[in-house]
Amino acid sequence: MSFKFLLLILALITFAAFFLGRSRAQSLATAEKVKLAALPNYYGYMTALWCVVPVLFALFIWSQFDRGFVLSSTFEALPAEYQALSVDELTSLKSNFVNSVDAGLSSDLPEALQTLVPRYEQANKVAQMIKLFGALFLVVVAIVVCWFVIRPALRARHIVEGFIRYALIASSLIAILTTVGILLSVIFESIQFFKKVSIIEFLFGTHWSPQIAIRDDQVGASGAFGAVPLFAGTMLISLIAMVIAVPIGLMTAIYLTEYASKRLRSIAKPALEILAGIPTVVYGVFAAITVAPFIRNSGGLLGLDVSSESALAAGLVMGIMIIPFVSSLSDDVINAVPQSLRDGAYALGSTKAETIRSVLIPAALPGIVGSVLLAASRAIGETMIVVMAAGLSANMTANPLEAVTTVTVQIVTLLTGDQEFDSAKTLAAFALGLMLFIITLILNVFALHVVRKYREQYD
Amino acid sequence: MTNKVREQVKSTLAKRYAAERRFRLFGLVSVMIGLAFLCLMMFTIISKGLPAFTQSYIQLSVNFDLEELEISDVNNEEAVQYADYDSVLKQALYDAFPDVSGRKAKKQFRRFLSSGAGYRVSKQVANNLDWFNTTQDIWVLAGDEVNLFMKGYIRADMPENERQLNDQQMAWLATLKEEGKLKKRFNTAFFQYGDSREPELAGILGALKGSLLTVFVTLLLSFPIGVAAAVYLEEFAPSNWFSDVIEVNINNLAAVPSIVYGLLGLAIFINFFELPRSAPLVGGLVLTLMTLPTIIISSRSALKAVPPSIREAALGLGASKMQVVFHHVVPLAMPGMLTGTIIGMAQALGETAPLLMIGMVAFVVEVPQGITDPATVLPVQIFLWADSPERGFEEKTAAAIMVLLVFLITMNSLAVYLRKQFERRW
Repeated sequence: MSFKFLLLILALITFAAFFLGRSRAQSLATAEKVKLAALPNYYGYMTALWCVVPVLFALFIWSQFDRGFVLSSTFEALPAEYQALSVDELTSLKSNFVNSVDAGLSSDLPEALQTLVPRYEQANKVAQMIKLFGALFLVVVAIVVCWFVIRPALRARHIVEGFIRYALIASSLIAILTTVGILLSVIFESIQFFKKVSIIEFLFGTHWSPQIAIRDDQVGASGAFGAVPLFAGTMLISLIAMVIAVPIGLMTAIYLTEYASKRLRSIAKPALEILAGIPTVVYGVFAAITVAPFIRNSGGLLGLDVSSESALAAGLVMGIMIIPFVSSLSDDVINAVPQSLRDGAYALGSTKAETIRSVLIPAALPGIVGSVLLAASRAIGETMIVVMAAGLSANMTANPLEAVTTVTVQIVTLLTGDQEFDSAKTLAAFALGLMLFIITLILNVFALHVVRKYREQYD
Repeated sequence: MTNKVREQVKSTLAKRYAAERRFRLFGLVSVMIGLAFLCLMMFTIISKGLPAFTQSYIQLSVNFDLEELEISDVNNEEAVQYADYDSVLKQALYDAFPDVSGRKAKKQFRRFLSSGAGYRVSKQVANNLDWFNTTQDIWVLAGDEVNLFMKGYIRADMPENERQLNDQQMAWLATLKEEGKLKKRFNTAFFQYGDSREPELAGILGALKGSLLTVFVTLLLSFPIGVAAAVYLEEFAPSNWFSDVIEVNINNLAAVPSIVYGLLGLAIFINFFELPRSAPLVGGLVLTLMTLPTIIISSRSALKAVPPSIREAALGLGASKMQVVFHHVVPLAMPGMLTGTIIGMAQALGETAPLLMIGMVAFVVEVPQGITDPATVLPVQIFLWADSPERGFEEKTAAAIMVLLVFLITMNSLAVYLRKQFERRW
């Protein structure tokens, strides 16, 4: 009796309910010799919706209590020697128990717990039955109710359309829920983190080494959470990326809109779109196995000491990644500048370059600034390139040839691998995530505002 | 007076034209830099990845002696599957070099055959039960070092202590190659198996299937929700502060770093709802939230492009608002919505960072069978292989990238085709 089977039954019943509702309405109409208030199909839709939606809701709510029910009814009969355990110990005991029984390894359990295995299986069965019969009960009730509610005068279309309207509203609320979810998840864990580490130390401390001591005398286990080196590293790499992407992206946009022949444009634009569509992990591989060794070797030729995970390599590749982003956004804003401004400048005798420099760019400046800010927010939040090409050591340096680390790299490092949800180490990742979210949000809101305001100006 | 101005203009004209040319050149160079990097990247990846599609095999005369294999009943599938083929293969390798004797010398053959060679042979044997008690010339999967030798990564001109094969081993391999018993063949196993610690055994089927399952979940959720949200915002939403909030919200979500979605997935789906780690289900949920803004924004512009006259005509004929939207507007906007969805799916297929957060970075050998099995996805597999120290994984990384790019390019071409084919100008 699996969940899939239950869903299959529900689907079949819903299908049948549609025809039931429709034929009920039609037969009533013929019997009473009146016209239906809605098309016959709408009575079918109504019945089907009443059949499936409440059940799915109920199943979802039950799924939140399912496990709790099974566990509590199993552990009611907990042997006396386990009664004295603390809450945490009990939780881990329960999850161990469930894991080994589900894996078919119940014989490995201590004997006292083995007595619980039949109870557990029984409870599971009961839970299954509750699910099955509860679902069937709701479906039957829905069908019976619909059977009596359906009258030729019933405005079924209004009911169905009202329902669809709510479904549409619910879908668009998911966007809000996502934002709320992001905020709740990072803020909640960050508050936990700031209970362990002071917010002042986190924001202004200059030493980052998140390893927490397992023993007191452990070497190098200071557990310092000063995030300034991470912010500095993020800024350094993003700055390198912007220094590369902004002039090249802007000039690309200008060249393609103002100078390029139709043929070049028809080749270069899709090519840049490909560049924008390449997954960041591919850029990361490119940075790590091609660009970083190249920079180190050429630095070696010049007698420079270049780290193999230099900020320059990561920044350079990130800059390339952002070029299409900057160029397509600037393209839009340059195109939005009215032709009359260009014509005016030409009429005064200025060359094309002069027109662009002293008319187009100033006119498009707010839009360009907006696109640069959006690009910056993308550079700050970029993860894979820096995870693969930048280092882990939290250095405070402005030298692009040294290794630095970034906020995103640390989030990934702290959260991959085994983790406990109460250690400062994992919680720190959420605090960093909160910082990242706030910074990019401010940049985005500001940039979108600037871009939108500017667009309105010439519309 | 006018002459003076004319003189002035003329005297600076050469300079101004030079500036014009410089500016133009700078623009051209910028475009070229972008294109050059694209070409360089493609060239690097293809030249590194192509060798991975071949794999070295050694031809051996293997004696499938039932006694040697300790199989008592040929029809017992389990016995046939789990017999010790490795030792038979090893014996066949020793027999190929009859003049080499002594434990120490024989030990040098140890890494010639892949540690998975026996397993692969067992599958062949299961389909050819008449091989038992006969000697067969079969191609056996070679080890990683042999593969590197065949592909020219280990060469004789490198100092002996810096390569993984010594002079003696190189000489043996050269003999095998000359006799035609060591060859590169097309690497079908790359598309048939999951990940492995050994480069020569590692395949992308597991990651590919994980990716497809994840994107499937994403598509199933994000397309209906995205279209529904777009329809509501474009067709039904009253213009009040609440609709503004939703709109600003969606624009901002489109620019939130993807890793933040990973944090959301970890905190909410895994810790709060206790969904299984590393599963395509959770990956799909996270990617749904991530791609929703893209789909909503493009679906809205597709809906906007449908002219009001269509709506008015339908309303005029007595259709309800809902019927106008679902019978007329949405079908007309569908190509645009599908284009946006495909682009969103391509984005989801290439995404790595949020999936690292929800544990899809685990080492998974098994090919996932359902959306709750532990799995990894192609981009994460690329990340894992790129991080592996073994030389043999470098070409696998590039090959996996090629497979990923093939999928992405196909999807994007499909989107372009849809746009070209069905887009209507009103």
